[in-house]
Amino acid sequence: MNLNFLEFEQPIAELEAKIDELTYIGDDADVNINDEIAKLKAKSEALTESIFSGLTPWQISQLARHPQRPYTMDYIIRIFTDFHELHGDRCFADDRAIIGGVARLEGIAVMVIGHQKGRDTKEKLERNFGMPRPEGYRKALRLMNMAARFKLPILTFIDTPGAYPGIGAEERGQSEAIARNLFEMAELKTPVICTVIGEGGSGGALAIGVGDRTLMLQYSTYSVISPEGCASILWKSAEKAEDAAEALGITSTRLKELGLVDRIIGEPLGGAHRDVDAIAGNIKQALAEELGQLTTASIDDLLENRYQRLMAYGEFTER
Amino acid sequence: MSWFRKLVPSKIRTVGGSKRNVPEGLWVKCDKCSAVLYRSELDRNFDVCPKCSHHMRIGARRRLELFLDEGSQQEIGTGLEPVDILKFKDSKKYRDRLNSAQKTTGEKDALVVMRGSVEGVPLVAAAFDFGFMGGSMGSVVGERFVRGINSCLEEKVPLICFSASGGARMQEALFSLMQMAKTSAALTRLSAAGQPYISVLTDPTMGGVSASFAMLGDINIAEPRALIGFAGPRVIEQTVRETLPEGFQRSEFLLDHGAIDMIVDRREMREVVASLLAMLTGQSAPAA
Repeated sequence: MNLNFLEFEQPIAELEAKIDELTYIGDDADVNINDEIAKLKAKSEALTESIFSGLTPWQISQLARHPQRPYTMDYIIRIFTDFHELHGDRCFADDRAIIGGVARLEGIAVMVIGHQKGRDTKEKLERNFGMPRPEGYRKALRLMNMAARFKLPILTFIDTPGAYPGIGAEERGQSEAIARNLFEMAELKTPVICTVIGEGGSGGALAIGVGDRTLMLQYSTYSVISPEGCASILWKSAEKAEDAAEALGITSTRLKELGLVDRIIGEPLGGAHRDVDAIAGNIKQALAEELGQLTTASIDDLLENRYQRLMAYGEFTER
Repeated sequence: MSWFRKLVPSKIRTVGGSKRNVPEGLWVKCDKCSAVLYRSELDRNFDVCPKCSHHMRIGARRRLELFLDEGSQQEIGTGLEPVDILKFKDSKKYRDRLNSAQKTTGEKDALVVMRGSVEGVPLVAAAFDFGFMGGSMGSVVGERFVRGINSCLEEKVPLICFSASGGARMQEALFSLMQMAKTSAALTRLSAAGQPYISVLTDPTMGGVSASFAMLGDINIAEPRALIGFAGPRVIEQTVRETLPEGFQRSEFLLDHGAIDMIVDRREMREVVASLLAMLTGQSAPAA
């Protein structure tokens, strides 16, 4: 089993392995097998298309946390120039599960803030698997307030399993840190665009997710609880995660239908990790367009629209 | 069991099936100290155990009745009812869970909001009903909270919220999560209008409610020994794989770590809140 492919992608993995093998033989054999390779490549593409056209929410949630999925830093280096990372909450520590700093988007100075996961074991630990502690949220808030002061638009990238459930995190006020961000982000005097690039894990995601626009990558997810967590509470069995993923409606298309997401950014065939430059290009274009629209409004209108947008969340009846 | 029964001396044997002649609900056992308490005595004592001062969980309506001046109450957002927009079904349908919660609590949803006064100080008070699906926050809870704030803005009065909640309601999925953003944003208007907000955290206040308006009070008060936190103790234990310290996530722990301003006994809540609010809103001391 090829670990760079998910379970439902294994047929694609097998074809790709065959192609690799043939390419290798083709290099030193006299026979021309280029035709055969081209045929297999076309077949692999068709297979990928057919598998990806019918993904279930559970499969999408696996893609959202694919080990090869691009993380915030992968996008920062492709989308922005002049990125300067800024560290620390000025109170306790520098939480490496959230990164932030100033940068330029097509020449415009902006503040970029995002969850950061690690690629190898060492970095995974350093980044705490992308699960921030209170100091991470407080660093984010410090940078956001600074951005508002210097009139820099804020672009956030969301990719976390959730806020870290640990003893120290509770001692230092995880709840308060998240709540404070929700409160202050509602009235930041600068445009805020939030993009879910992988896992949008509950309050830990929302704590850098309040703004004027919510964008989602095609195969990212956004949910009040992980499918596994939901399954173990409501179905009393983590095995039911697949059912929970379906019921929770965590995919970009479902959330767009429900009016909770403004825009979906299309991913390359096979997912963002198959062509990081392409997806980075798509994100850059979407951010530039949305930012262009938001900067035409006055700050007062921007804040009023943001407030009304937040107040409109919710479905109920009234007699 | 028959062999065992023979071993037990006759004086401590109880005859199975025969009911004793005690009316249901006349006596209550304290969950904490196991003292057997007379129901009406407990009622008079605000559902606080007279023996060990354990604060028992109480419903939203009872909470507001204990807190607000008699005859001052006017409920807000009574017409709001939850809908099952996602057609959510786990082992049970959300609709069925709602119906059974509405039947057992007599409430439409987990938050009750009222205009009223406390020792003559006018205010809006909100209270969670933990019995309604664990006091979970869905769209109706969020909307009622916001309407409570809107009423504060119109009447120029302060807001008090008594939280008791397991967090966001899973059956309303991302709509529930967004209630955290909605309620917290509405508090910015209250703050801008210069009206105080006192958050009272009662047992238990966890997850999405704790990580939004419950922690945003100008003054955060907790009842004694209430469980308050972001992640549940079991989740933390599974994550960090160590035993949690004694008293972890209890009111006293939060006070020690600077998360709340004070711990107030339920029997003194009215007096303390009225006194605080009178000072924050520039009124003379309330006539106690």
